[in-house]
Amino acid sequence: MSKFNPSTHLLVGSLVVIVFFILAPNLVSAYRLELLTIFLINVILAQSYRLMATTGDWTLCHYILMGVGAYATGILAKMAGLPFYVVMPMACIVTAFVSLLFAIPLSRTLGFAFFIASFAMGEFVRHVWLKFHYPFGGARGINGIPKHEIGQGGEWYFINFWDSRNFYYFALVFTILTLVILFRIDRSRLGNAWKSIYTDRELSESIGIDVSKSRVIVFCVSGFFAGLAGSLLAYQIGSIDPQNFGMVEMVYLIIWCVVGGVKTYWGPLIGVLSMSVVFELTRPLAEWRPALFGLILILFLVLLPGGLETLPTRIREMLNKTSKQREAG
Amino acid sequence: MMPFFSVENLTKKFGGLIANNNISMDVEQGEIRGVIGPNGAGKTTFFNLVSGFYRPTSGKVSFKGNTISGLPTNKIARLGAVRTFQRAALFSDFTVLENVSIAQHLKTNSSLLNAIFGHDNHREVDSLERAEEIIEFLGIERDRDTMAANLSHGLQRQLGVAMALATEPELLMLDEPVAGMNSGEKAIMVGMIQKIRDKWGVTVLLVEHDMRTVMNLCEKITVLDFGQKLAEGSPDDIRSNPEVVEAYLGADDSVT
Repeated sequence: MSKFNPSTHLLVGSLVVIVFFILAPNLVSAYRLELLTIFLINVILAQSYRLMATTGDWTLCHYILMGVGAYATGILAKMAGLPFYVVMPMACIVTAFVSLLFAIPLSRTLGFAFFIASFAMGEFVRHVWLKFHYPFGGARGINGIPKHEIGQGGEWYFINFWDSRNFYYFALVFTILTLVILFRIDRSRLGNAWKSIYTDRELSESIGIDVSKSRVIVFCVSGFFAGLAGSLLAYQIGSIDPQNFGMVEMVYLIIWCVVGGVKTYWGPLIGVLSMSVVFELTRPLAEWRPALFGLILILFLVLLPGGLETLPTRIREMLNKTSKQREAG
Repeated sequence: MMPFFSVENLTKKFGGLIANNNISMDVEQGEIRGVIGPNGAGKTTFFNLVSGFYRPTSGKVSFKGNTISGLPTNKIARLGAVRTFQRAALFSDFTVLENVSIAQHLKTNSSLLNAIFGHDNHREVDSLERAEEIIEFLGIERDRDTMAANLSHGLQRQLGVAMALATEPELLMLDEPVAGMNSGEKAIMVGMIQKIRDKWGVTVLLVEHDMRTVMNLCEKITVLDFGQKLAEGSPDDIRSNPEVVEAYLGADDSVT
């Protein structure tokens, strides 16, 4: 490797991205801006899912956890009429608590059993939403979730989040916060200890890492941020129902993480970005989308199992090999 | 006075099979103790019992006055009794230095809040210095930035010991530390274990198949056969014990 200072590059790179996102409302149409807001929510979701994957626990209930955050927001904001600065923290905490209830039994299972059990628990929650009209609204869900305002009209600090530009910035702030927090966890010794569980569970246990407890904690932290994504989603689209948090959405989340990879922090970001672009480009072919994304998933699993994040290393290896062959020849 | 590490009437049954039957032994602080036995003697079961991977059917294991049998391995490690593995167990995606620094987990104040708001960075200076110290102490500093997966078998096993040492244990339990090594690697590993005891005062309990290594390294040896304790004593006692010679090496004359 040549002289390369990763922290400077990182700083410059993220500054460029942040500037783009700050200027975005002036660059794109109102419709595109809404898509961009959803994109930010997806970034939070994918990055929180990656945290789960660091311990090797891929779940099938992450979308349900997002739904828990969304339903909590719907109920607290619409029925209880609470302001967003109460609703959002509570939605996150409720989701983290539900995650804890999920995680305690799930941490006793491993691998495939964990995967399937997480699906079963998620479906249970989805059926609760469907069956209980009060307070979840049954199959129709919760409609007309009020967006919030800061201050009253006319006051100098008045911000109206019904304006999609304002809400976009609101979501952007939370996305950046989430990314910074999860980045810090990724680079911490605690984060390394969690990753070690994935590499060798027995070894982690032998050097004093409480594997079960760590998995529960990771599940809850991950759930907390899924709840944040759900809360933002509920405010953004204003109405939620169980269909929003189904298996298809879960599969898209998995596709993002498989396409991008989960080993590095950047994988899920690359995955969400590239797949969102593909998603938008295939809008005219909407009927074919599930088949296309299924194909993408299979191709990545077969041809590039580490995801796009491993592509640079792959290419470098291939170039090295060909240059060596040339020398030999 | 209570013994530093003691095993009392330890029994483990798998269905009808009695893998360990009524084994008792005491290990004193500062000792290097070897547990040997022919294939199928119950060495691995014994090791898994004392390190917390199995729960005994009956009997108990105690360490510094605490009963540790039945505790999960991470709790036993917290008390200061740390095990290594027969296989090359390491975090293969991390460098040697990172491996050792992850193993310091117990000695760091890494909490979630500290990770998010504090200084719990994986490049934190204090812990890296301590990790370097261990790496230097064991003489593997040349490979400190090598990916663990790319090390030779011998070095991988040495790294395993280094990681156990990074938890700052009082008792180090080694599962066949020289299994699959060539004679050069064996000599290095033996030197390493002696150094750990002599300079750091760590008590060592090792289970090993390789007779020569055990004879060179251990002050006291416990012999298992058919899940039972057959003999115990100094290497010379064991060498001259006719029962041991018959059971362990009956058909083989490689007693050294």
